Amino acid sequence: MAKVLMKGNEAIAEAAINAGCLYYFGYPITPQTEISEYMAKRMPKVGGLCLQAESEIAAINMVLGASSGGTRAMTSSSSPGISLKSEGVSYLVGSDLPAVIVNVQRGGPGLGGIQPSQADYYQATKAYGHGDMHLIVLAPSTVQEMASLTGEAFDLADIYRTPVILLADGAIGQMMEPVDFSARTPRELPEKDWATRGHGGSRKHNIINSLYMNPEDLERTVEERYVRYRKIEAEEVKYDTFMTDDADIVCVAFGITARICHTAVTMARAKGIKAGLIRPITLWPFPNDAINTLADTAKAFLSVELSMGQMVTDVKLACGCRRPVDFYGRTGGVIPNPADVAKKLEAMASELGLRS
Amino acid sequence: MAKTTNILIAGFGGQGVLFAGKALAKMAMHNGLHVTWLPSYGPEMRGGAANCSVIISDDEIGSPLVPEPDILIALNIPSFDKFEPHVKSGGMIFVDSAMVDKKSARADVEAHYIPASRLASEEGLAGLANVIVLGHLLRVTGLFDYDAFLADLVSGIPASRSALVEGNTKALRIGFEY
Repeated sequence: MAKVLMKGNEAIAEAAINAGCLYYFGYPITPQTEISEYMAKRMPKVGGLCLQAESEIAAINMVLGASSGGTRAMTSSSSPGISLKSEGVSYLVGSDLPAVIVNVQRGGPGLGGIQPSQADYYQATKAYGHGDMHLIVLAPSTVQEMASLTGEAFDLADIYRTPVILLADGAIGQMMEPVDFSARTPRELPEKDWATRGHGGSRKHNIINSLYMNPEDLERTVEERYVRYRKIEAEEVKYDTFMTDDADIVCVAFGITARICHTAVTMARAKGIKAGLIRPITLWPFPNDAINTLADTAKAFLSVELSMGQMVTDVKLACGCRRPVDFYGRTGGVIPNPADVAKKLEAMASELGLRS
Repeated sequence: MAKTTNILIAGFGGQGVLFAGKALAKMAMHNGLHVTWLPSYGPEMRGGAANCSVIISDDEIGSPLVPEPDILIALNIPSFDKFEPHVKSGGMIFVDSAMVDKKSARADVEAHYIPASRLASEEGLAGLANVIVLGHLLRVTGLFDYDAFLADLVSGIPASRSALVEGNTKALRIGFEY
């Protein structure tokens, strides 16, 4: 299939439709409203539904309803709207329902700003909802990945019966790049025999529920879910590396920041600093083993984020604090230039005595 | 070494800044090149400052930001003032001289002045000053083949709006021949 030039937000919407998503529930907020706009145009043409809900909370609960019926459903928002959805997300988890939730992050806290941010990392990876839970968190770094990881998100959600977060940012959402929608091969999916579909009395009815009055029953369902989480951690970690083989300093970055680091690494290399980059594609599960292995050869890590430093703690945990883990970031919607990151790498190289 | 062109287009919202960038990006994609198009976003549609960064490369593109453009297109005074100092040494500036009553003082860049918005209103091509500047850029830089670019530019226009094909064709020609 020929490549098309598209905004990241539009690529998410088209990829969702390609993945068979028939229900999109949204509420407009910058910088992701193009998803709603695109869905409103396209969904009626493919026999699906795009509905602008009365609020983000309504939208996430509509996703819960649609998913209960066994259909693919999605919602999207940006940081403040994402917070509103958190109760519904926990209910989705507690009900073992697949769903795709897109967060095209903007600056926070509060209404914050409308420019790109990655400050919802903790929220997405640690505590998007109450209770013992994890979510699979995917972090696209190109418009192509906005498309392919959206398809992957739907598959993962169905395979593991869990909501999946696509954690993007305003820059990737707004930028255009060529994208090829035929690039991904869909995965083999389990039957949705749990769905509350009409069946003409042919089987016992299914119940979708997240309430357990008996603690032992609840403990058992949570433990069963954690068996799935262990499987996800073992089988679904995704990451990418760039020039890490001989790297003394390894940048760790995702989304738009990974691209800035990619250029910064090239700039640092031109100055004789052996820099490299590892880019987590799954933020949960985090590429702990890959980072720990890099700690055998690297002398230090640099976590680069559009926040005050969140993923940096996971990098420290991943390498068991065997190496110094430094941080560089801008927040509030400010994007650093590659030269800023390269300067930080130079300073680190001097501190580590790596410069001749 | 990869050949990469960093382009920054800046002006008021409504001057077709984002459209001009998209036209370049689309052409680059159709030529099999790597390309990124990154807009400023926010209140631009209501007349604020708008700009977009376009990177065209024969290699994979890392950062889509253009802090130091090889080519700057400045369509108003605030954009000229803000970005002219950041153009790479040896780079080029294209200025809508009907909007910007200033000359670049830099000796290390090549500045081209075209009164695009005046030419557009004289020819009844309101809103197509951006395309006039693109036409001029094509001739000066040879970035893309003129005929291929024109075909690409008008290819997305539906038959029901054929007047736009005529307008864009005329605007691109005026800029190219200026």
